[in-house]
Amino acid sequence: MWLTSSSLGRKLVMAITGACLVLFVTFHCLMNGVAIFWPLAYNDICAFLGANWYALIASAGLAALFIIHIIYAVWLTLQNRKARGNDRYAVVSKPKQVEWASQNMLVLGIVILAFLIVHMIQFWAKMQLAEIIGAHGEIDPQNGLAFIMKAFSCWCTPVVYIIGFVALWFHMTHGFWSMFQSTGWDNDTWLPRLKCIGFWWATIVVVFFIAQAIVFTVRAHQCCAIACY
Amino acid sequence: METTISVNLKIWRQRGPKEKGSFANYTVKNVSTGSSFLEMLDMLNQQLVEKGEEPVVFDSDCREGICGMCSLYINGHPHGPVQGITTCQLHMRKFHDGDTITIEPWRSAAFPVVRDLMVDRNAFDKIQQAGGYVSFNCGGAPDANATPISKEVADVAMDSATCIGCGACVAACKNGSAMLFVSAKVSQFALLPQGQVERARRAKAMVKKMDELGFGNCTNTGACAAECPKSIPLSNIARLNREYLKAKIKD
Repeated sequence: MWLTSSSLGRKLVMAITGACLVLFVTFHCLMNGVAIFWPLAYNDICAFLGANWYALIASAGLAALFIIHIIYAVWLTLQNRKARGNDRYAVVSKPKQVEWASQNMLVLGIVILAFLIVHMIQFWAKMQLAEIIGAHGEIDPQNGLAFIMKAFSCWCTPVVYIIGFVALWFHMTHGFWSMFQSTGWDNDTWLPRLKCIGFWWATIVVVFFIAQAIVFTVRAHQCCAIACY
Repeated sequence: METTISVNLKIWRQRGPKEKGSFANYTVKNVSTGSSFLEMLDMLNQQLVEKGEEPVVFDSDCREGICGMCSLYINGHPHGPVQGITTCQLHMRKFHDGDTITIEPWRSAAFPVVRDLMVDRNAFDKIQQAGGYVSFNCGGAPDANATPISKEVADVAMDSATCIGCGACVAACKNGSAMLFVSAKVSQFALLPQGQVERARRAKAMVKKMDELGFGNCTNTGACAAECPKSIPLSNIARLNREYLKAKIKD
């Protein structure tokens, strides 16, 4: 199968899963925006994306995307290290045209993965997973807002989140145009434009995420926050 | 102004492909700033021969930047710190008196060290043999006007064809990927009418050979294009991706 056996096929898989994940991240960012402006609507979304058959299928698909993306990333990196040979260069100097992020995608990916695990424990495990296994805690699994307030009442949460978001920004600024390159978008005119679009896309999404983390932290620390909702 | 400088060299010495290498330090005095980098190494070798030591082995041939024979990873850059030139076109005026210059061979699993700074770049020949040619019988030379080709296409094809196959792209790539070389070779034919007949077969065969020989996977960092002595653009890689994917999807 050329998607696993050829280097270009493996890169295509990275590009397609990456593109889907960019769309997911963007969608997630928009949903969080709902939690800021229309808190009650957010809980409706939580109910809609709970343990329903369509949400479960989508979640399984999303999990598969993440897993394929991660497995291929590790696999490609191991092969690339092998291709470099046994002796390393004593002096390495990065040409100015090379983005820092492009050389550190695996490291950035690992930071994002660590953040993802924290995030899943804080939210997914108590919401969708709790619904699936029917283990109800003190908060209703569909009351997403209550979980946000609980998570962000701890000061360490926004710190961990912002580290994750910054890593995500670097990862996305390279990944965005890179996926077009890997799928063969052969065009000298559009490549700089794609780099520009990728930069702004990643920046807007990440700035939104950081703003949301800050707003949630502030709200969680206002004494009446939970009572209000 | 032409003056003379003295440079300290830190050079990789390795007796054979299987043996362990290490750095050795040398000093070369009275180097004219008008001399080329390879002439400076010639001076070093003269010095070593006179002392009865083994000279440093390195590749070079035309010494005018067109054969692709010279290599050398100088101070962290293939073909030295100046972009768009080969090692033989590098001059000593780019260095200062008392500088320490680190010289290493191309480091890639697919380019084993033969000795010292010389590496075996046969892998590139094997990739070329897999499909980097036009194999149909073309008969006598037709009239140049018989197949019109636009100026833009001719220029891009010519830019791709300027690849001298020196291997700097592999040396510069953190993944040891040969994509820039292979994409330039595939592009020069894919863009022109003469290359159409074997277009799909060529892309598949050359990529297959490239993977077989143990080159890494491209991650679009662009170090190859930045360090290429012929400034082959990164868009060639996108073109190769498209050629290959189109050929595979058609299957």
